[in-house]
Amino acid sequence: MAPKQTPSQTIGPYFSYGLTPEQYGYDYKQLVGNTLAEDGVEGITIRGQVFDGNGDSVRDAVIELWQADSQGRYAHARDPRGSNTGFGGFARVGTGTLEGHFFEFHTVKPGAIGDGQAPHITVVVFMRGLLNHVYTRLYFSDEAAANGADPVLAQIGPDRCGTLIAQRQDGADGPVYQFDIHMQGDRETVFFDA
Amino acid sequence: MAAAEGFAPRDWDSHPPYLSPDYKSTPLRAPTKPLVILPQSLSELTGPVYGQDAVGPLDHDLTKLAAKTAEPNGERIIVAGQVRDEDGRPVPNILLEVWQPNAAGRYNHDDDQHDAPIDPNFLGAGRCVTDDQGRYRFITIKPGAYPWGNHFNAWRPNHIHFSLFGPSILTRLITQMYFPGDPLLELDPIFNGVPAASRQLLVSKLSIELSEPEWALGYEFNICLRGRLATPLET
Ligand SMILES: [Fe+2]
Repeated sequence: MAPKQTPSQTIGPYFSYGLTPEQYGYDYKQLVGNTLAEDGVEGITIRGQVFDGNGDSVRDAVIELWQADSQGRYAHARDPRGSNTGFGGFARVGTGTLEGHFFEFHTVKPGAIGDGQAPHITVVVFMRGLLNHVYTRLYFSDEAAANGADPVLAQIGPDRCGTLIAQRQDGADGPVYQFDIHMQGDRETVFFDA
Repeated sequence: MAAAEGFAPRDWDSHPPYLSPDYKSTPLRAPTKPLVILPQSLSELTGPVYGQDAVGPLDHDLTKLAAKTAEPNGERIIVAGQVRDEDGRPVPNILLEVWQPNAAGRYNHDDDQHDAPIDPNFLGAGRCVTDDQGRYRFITIKPGAYPWGNHFNAWRPNHIHFSLFGPSILTRLITQMYFPGDPLLELDPIFNGVPAASRQLLVSKLSIELSEPEWALGYEFNICLRGRLATPLET
């Protein structure tokens, strides 16, 4: 008999010393943090909150990003264009250390991967009360033309695709893209099953 | 054709539904709208890669990793197993991260106010990378049960939290490993959120082969990730 997928379980409230120890002040080296950089490429900030069905910000979520580099290349053997710039593309942060339960990433804007999709980042969300993680995508408000031609946004339609578009604001330290995640409600974020 | 090979879907006969009302944190956090089906493009077929060099020499031994003055308190155990996919193929060179409370059922976390002692020689976090046969092995302390606020007199069964990657971001998995014969399992809404036929997949087995004489009992916990599908790239 073929084996069955091991069931998912919630990340629970006490992940910090296992998954994000340095962020939460533990004396244990973390493998993954909230910062990704690429030589000679402008940095961006991605900032947001996670909201539950009451509209309260969630203080014990973990957000993970998976993205291509500024040239649209993934650091993975299946990217046929070969190795990218040395940019890892994976980042992780918990929402429990900033006031207001914000998450913040420092990264670069990914390039288009060349298959007709607009530049985007895969976002994975875990939290207490979520028995299986959710996937969503972050698109960029300053890519209106590319977003207009993106097949995934077109499939979702105008009513809900706004939930996936991070809004650019220009700050002293470069562009800040605001991206909130709503688990429920009128602005419930589009979540994917791929 | 390898370049177009995708991943089998998440098996919702095996995974718990988002809304699982006996687990009282789910009603305000479960998505209410149906998930949107996303074709598997390069963004989904790739994922983070961590090799053997990502982990330190003591990362797999939670009894030594944070020991300062003595060994941690509690029952030393070995937890080991194999990570495979639904097609039975071993999944080599993937990162596993684990975290757990100490033998007294206390997490090393400010939010855990359970009146049980912190163990100064135990952090409760570890990690390892699977070998070329998908095998992994941790040494740790058997975690204690602990109370939680879900309902009156609610206690979590003994468990270890596991986080895994796999060959793509789609095979990402966070789960919990339980222990055989634990009478708290049938009372636990998180465990019982899983469809009945798949619950035993989360329960480790006592293994006398993995146990080491005069030293530690071994528990076997095998993990199965999403398999492959020959799907063309649609976007
Ligand atoms: Fe736990």
